[in-house]
Amino acid sequence: MPPGEEILVHARDLTKRFSGFTAVDRVNFDVRTGEAFGFLGPNGAGKTSTMKMIACSSPVTDGDLSVIGMDPRTQAAQIKARLGVVPQTDNLDAELTVLENLLMYARYFDIPMSVARPRAADLLAFMQLSERAKDQVEPLSGGMKRRLTIARALINEPELLILDEPTTGLDPQARHLLWERLYRLKQRGATLIITTHYMDEAEQLCDRLVVMDKAKIVAEGSPRELIERYSTREVLELRVPEAVRAGLMERLDGLAERIEELPDRYLLYAADGEQALEQVHAREIPTESALVRRATLEDVFLRLTGRSLVE
Amino acid sequence: MTAIARRAAAPPPASTGIVASLLRSRRLVQRNLLVYKRGWMVIFSGFFEPLFYLLGIGYGLGTLVGGVELADGRTVSYAAFVAPALLATASMNGAIAESIFNVFFKLNFSRTYDAILATPLGIREIAIGEMLWSLFRGTLYVFAFVLVMIGMGLVISPMLFFVIPVSILIGAAFSAAGLATTAYLRTVQDFDLPMGVVVMPMFLFSGTFFPISVYPQVIQLFMELTPLFHAVGLLRGLAVGIFGLHELWDLAYMVVFASIALWIALNRLEQRLIK
Ligand SMILES: Nc1ncnc2c1ncn2[C@@H]1O[C@H](COP(=O)(O)OP(=O)(O)O)[C@@H](O)[C@H]1O
Ligand SMILES: [Mg+2]
Repeated sequence: MPPGEEILVHARDLTKRFSGFTAVDRVNFDVRTGEAFGFLGPNGAGKTSTMKMIACSSPVTDGDLSVIGMDPRTQAAQIKARLGVVPQTDNLDAELTVLENLLMYARYFDIPMSVARPRAADLLAFMQLSERAKDQVEPLSGGMKRRLTIARALINEPELLILDEPTTGLDPQARHLLWERLYRLKQRGATLIITTHYMDEAEQLCDRLVVMDKAKIVAEGSPRELIERYSTREVLELRVPEAVRAGLMERLDGLAERIEELPDRYLLYAADGEQALEQVHAREIPTESALVRRATLEDVFLRLTGRSLVE
Repeated sequence: MTAIARRAAAPPPASTGIVASLLRSRRLVQRNLLVYKRGWMVIFSGFFEPLFYLLGIGYGLGTLVGGVELADGRTVSYAAFVAPALLATASMNGAIAESIFNVFFKLNFSRTYDAILATPLGIREIAIGEMLWSLFRGTLYVFAFVLVMIGMGLVISPMLFFVIPVSILIGAAFSAAGLATTAYLRTVQDFDLPMGVVVMPMFLFSGTFFPISVYPQVIQLFMELTPLFHAVGLLRGLAVGIFGLHELWDLAYMVVFASIALWIALNRLEQRLIK
């Protein structure tokens, strides 16, 4: 870490309980100025609960939390003045137009109209919404609403932008446009906290991330570090005829660092996938298809949080 | 070692006092003004209801009733007797139209408050802001109705000038009560109870159209507990030029009622919005 780099959000043993149920269980993390920090985890892991505590909209149950050097318990208004928050579910003001949503939000921050007007126009242009300025919010597409919510979160030029699942439910074009805009924000020096359950999003946007599962942080690092630590460089995906499956795990033994048996295929985690495949052939194991690919964050994620469905 | 981020370079004023709250809560009023810019008719229509009651019941029915004897022995026309009560009702209706119906919508369906809570504004600013707004709406009706009363010669006392501030106090009390009620409502059906079982009977029976002395003692005591009874008593006194111990008690009742309602509203809204 370069000397003098600041820690913008600092959490120690941070805990959130809802009447007995623990949604966030003694987590520790530090977000540094200028980085994009991710919270990756399945549904119900506690990501949103953590975001809400940082955003001062949900009280901390236990532990320490400091945001921009201040305490959310006593300085919520001052902290919120310097944050931008994009909640998981859009909460635009449906009774106002697109432009009014931005201008009114600026008023909540006590930003004078003379400053708010040009800023709102810039943000609408940045988010490709200028044409819709005078329209009502309701008929906008999901991607447009999301972009407006982000524009609204930027109206006070926040030092820290909190994005809770910014692209969930959007089509690929809308996601890529958003990623590109978030990347540009980061280039301008904004600090971002992003929650997601999309691995590609985390790999694209995050400098560092934590993986949350069942209220706890189970791993931390850059995407590359996590892949190195929890996976091999390559993965060999093998499909075999049904008849061969019985006893196949023993026949594959020793070919890879770790072998996972799924209902439809086998995953062999190995430094060199091609070499593992050659040995599969050498052992005369019949295959339907074989694919060697680089390990991704998704492999790490599934290893850490399991494959069973969480709803 | 890395330093935890510096304190705010130029922190915004940390004022958390009631005056600062009041100042910041005007943002809610501005928001609602922006919304109603497109729908003034809705507000306008609220003025006609008490006017029609005044014409239909005050004058129409009044021809059958004749005069009404006041506490000090004077007799006034039935219209002059009913008008101050309708003024109190107008103030109440204007206030609860906002603090019950519109706040309910924002609280339960539109998540507008969640968005506002992500800004430096808090529950207190939201509650006071919505109260100010509903008070503003109630006050519009009060002004319009007082003008009608003056025009029709129904204000027969120099205490006229106190009628407006007192009506505003009454609006504040009902708007706080509406806010407190709304914070408990979950579904649209839940409106039936406060509107049908509390507001409507209060409008009909708490001394609005006839003195509560027509009831048996027990029911009189019960009616004297309702806020509208005191609001009506107070405004009627001022409109006809009586301000004695009774009216002083009415005034004290309204102030205490408003404070308790606001306290309940703040606490309950906090429970609803902060998880
Ligand atoms: N207001 C609440 N009351 C009770 N339980 C809650 C509340 N909010 C969230 N939870 C629970 O806390 C857990 C974590 O939720 P959340 O933080 O939303 O997870 P994520 O954002 O990772 O999907 C879930 O089991 C959820 O049901
Ligand atoms: Mg979530």
